[in-house]
Amino acid sequence: MKITKSFIGMMLVLAAMLMFSTTAGAQAKLNVVATTEDLASIATEVGGDHIVIDSIAKGYQDPHFVEAKPSFILKLQKADILILVGRELEIGWLPPLITQSRNSKIQVGADGYLDASLQAQILEVPNGQVTRAEGDVHPLGNPHYWMDPENGKIIAKEIFDRLVKLRPNDRAYFEMRLNDFVSRVNAGEKRWTAMMAPYKGTKVVTYHRSFPNFAERFGLNIVGYVEPKPGIPPTPQHTLDLINQMKKDGVKLVMVEPYFDLKTPNAIGRETGAEVMVMPPSVGGNKDVPDYIKLFDSDLNMLVTAIRKTTGK
Amino acid sequence: MRSQWPATLFIVLFVFSLSLQAQPAAAPQAADLNAIRAQIDALRADYEKKIQDLQKQLDEVQVQVNRAPASSTSTAVTGGSVSASKVFNPDISVIGDFLGAAGSNKVNPSPALEMHESEVAFQATVDPYARADFFISFGEQGVNLEEGYITFPAVPGGLLVKVGKMRAAFGKVNGLHNHVLPWTDRPLMTQNLIGGEDGIDDTGISIARLIPNRFVFLETTVQAFRGDSGENLFKSSQRGDLNYVGHLRAYRDVTDDTNVDLGFSFSRGHNSSGVVNDIDVGRFMTRLYGGDATIRWKPLQRSVYHSFVGRTEFVWSRRNQPGGVQDAKGYFVSGEYQLGRRWYSGVRYDRAGRADAASTIDLGKSATLSYSPSEFSLIRGQYRRTQYADGPTANEFLFQFQFSIGAHGAHPF
Repeated sequence: MKITKSFIGMMLVLAAMLMFSTTAGAQAKLNVVATTEDLASIATEVGGDHIVIDSIAKGYQDPHFVEAKPSFILKLQKADILILVGRELEIGWLPPLITQSRNSKIQVGADGYLDASLQAQILEVPNGQVTRAEGDVHPLGNPHYWMDPENGKIIAKEIFDRLVKLRPNDRAYFEMRLNDFVSRVNAGEKRWTAMMAPYKGTKVVTYHRSFPNFAERFGLNIVGYVEPKPGIPPTPQHTLDLINQMKKDGVKLVMVEPYFDLKTPNAIGRETGAEVMVMPPSVGGNKDVPDYIKLFDSDLNMLVTAIRKTTGK
Repeated sequence: MRSQWPATLFIVLFVFSLSLQAQPAAAPQAADLNAIRAQIDALRADYEKKIQDLQKQLDEVQVQVNRAPASSTSTAVTGGSVSASKVFNPDISVIGDFLGAAGSNKVNPSPALEMHESEVAFQATVDPYARADFFISFGEQGVNLEEGYITFPAVPGGLLVKVGKMRAAFGKVNGLHNHVLPWTDRPLMTQNLIGGEDGIDDTGISIARLIPNRFVFLETTVQAFRGDSGENLFKSSQRGDLNYVGHLRAYRDVTDDTNVDLGFSFSRGHNSSGVVNDIDVGRFMTRLYGGDATIRWKPLQRSVYHSFVGRTEFVWSRRNQPGGVQDAKGYFVSGEYQLGRRWYSGVRYDRAGRADAASTIDLGKSATLSYSPSEFSLIRGQYRRTQYADGPTANEFLFQFQFSIGAHGAHPF
C-alpha cells in the first residue's frame, strides 16, 4: 500500500509539473530587447521565431552616446528580457530607461536582466589605480568584447540559458538553434583564421579602442589610436606623434568606426600612405553587415583587401 | 536534459528504497535475490557512468570559469583593499559649479566670483523593489538637500512612485539640476514666477503613469507636496496647505534623428502674501499653468559632433494677494546648436512679468558659447542683457566652470 500511495503522490506531482509546463509553453512569445544590434542578432540566432526581438542603439551609432529617449521606455516596458553589453558601455543612458520602464522583469538582478558580458573574455581590465586622467576609461574592462566570435558563442550560450529558464518547454528548439549557430560560427572561424593567417601581426591603428578582441582573435597588432585617450577627440600634437610612429613602424592601415569624423584619419592616411577603412564594429554598421556572422565576413574581407592593396602581397 | 539527472537519480533511489522496505513482507527466494542483485549491479553501473559524466561536465565548467579573467564579482577597481562594506557603497559623484560675473547689474547682482554650487550625488539600488537618489548641494554658505527620494520602479498598475524631496515635474526647466542647464543661469520666467533658482522643490509624493496608445509616449504625473517651495512661491501654514502639481508629457520620434516633446503643467498652493505674524490670515492661493515644447535633432551616425535643441516654455501665474489677483505671464525661447565635438553655442530670449506685480515686465537676451574638453568638464561663457522694468538695463558677461568627479552619471535628455 505504501508503494501505491507514494506512486500516486509522485504521479500527482509529475502531473502538476507537466500541467505547469504546458501552460508555460502556451504563453505568448518572449519579448526580448537588446541594447545593440549585435546582441539582437545573436538573440535572433538562438530564439528564432519563438521570440520577438527589438534593439535600441543602431549599429552605425556610437553606443556610448545613445540618447535616453522616452520611445525606448516604451520598448522596455513590454520586455520580458533585456540583454545588455554591460561593462559600463551603456552607463550614460540605460539606467534611467530601466528605472522608468515600470517593468519589474528587467530591473537589475531580475530574471529578465541579462548582462551578456559575465562569461565572456574581457580584455583591458585595468590594474591598479583607475583615473579619468586616462580619458573615459571603463573600469570593468573593454566593453567591445563581442568583436571576438569566441565571445559570440559564449553570449549565445548565455542567451540560451536565459531563454530556457523563462521558456523551459522550448528548450529543444533553442538548443537546436544554438547548436546550429555555434557550428556556423565555428565554420566561419576556420574560414576567417585561414584568411588572416598570412597577415598575422599586421600593424594597424584604430580610432577608438573598439577592436582589441577582434585584433587578438585575428592576429592584428594595434599600435596606436587616433584618439589620444578613450573619449578624447584627436589633438594636433597626438596626431603628429601618431603619424611619426606610423611612419617609423610602417603602419599602413587605419580602422575607423562609422560614427567618427574622417577628417583626422584621412589626414593621417595622406601623410603616411595608409589605407583608411570605415570598419563597422557592430551589426548594422553598414548595409553589408546585417547579422553577426556577416559582420566578420565583411570586416575581414575589407581588412584583407586593404592589406593586399597596401602591401601588394 | 542533463540537469534533470540528479532528480531522476533521487526518484529512482527513493522508489527503490521503498521497494526494499516492502520486501520483508514477501517470502525471500533465491531467484528473487539474484534478480535483485542483478538489478542493483545494473543500477550501480548506471550511476557510476552518470557520476563520471557529471564530473566531466564539472571539469569543463571549471575550465570555462578559469578562462574568464573578469568575472561578475570583480567590481574592485581601486585595487587591493575592497571590503564587503564598500561593495554596497552607492555611486558617488561630485559636481562643481563655479560662476563668475562681469559688467553691471543693479537690480539682481551676483558676486564677481562664486563657487555657486557643489552637488554631491549618492545613488544606489535599495533592494529588489526600489532605488534611492540623493543630491545634496553645498553653496558657499549653507547646505541644502536638493533632492532625496526613493523610487519604486515597478509598482503594480504600471506606476512609477517616488517619495521624498524632489524637483517638481512642472515644465522642463524646473526639473533640471543646475549642471544640466544649457545656460549659466535660469530663465527670467523661473526667477520671477516659479520661485527663483530652486523652483518648485519640495517634500512629497509623486506618482507617474504611462497612458498606453499607439501614437505617442504619453505620461501623466501627479505630485503632492508639503507646500513650501521657492523663495516666495508656496508657503504652508497648516497641514492641509498642500501644493499639488500635475504634468502631462507627450513625446514622439519624428525620425530617428528628430523628436518632439510637449508638456502641460498645473500647480496650486498657498502663498505667503496673507501671512501676518506667522498666521496665514489671508489664505491666498497661487495657481500656475504651464506649457513647454522641445524639439531635438541629433543625427545618429554623427551624434557626437552635431545636434540642435530648441526649447520654449510658457507660464501663467495667477496669484491671489491683498489687493486682488495678479495675472503674470512669462516665457522663454531658446536654441542650442552643437558646433563640433566639444563646442556648443546657444541663444535665449526671455520675457516675464513678476508674480506679485504682473505689469512689471523684465526682458532678457542671452548668447552662450560652451567648450567641453571631455564629458566631465565644461567651460561656458554667456553674454546677458536684461532690461528690468524697475531699474537700469544690465549688461553682463557670465562665465562658468563645471566639473564632475566620481561615478559616471546618466547623460541628460
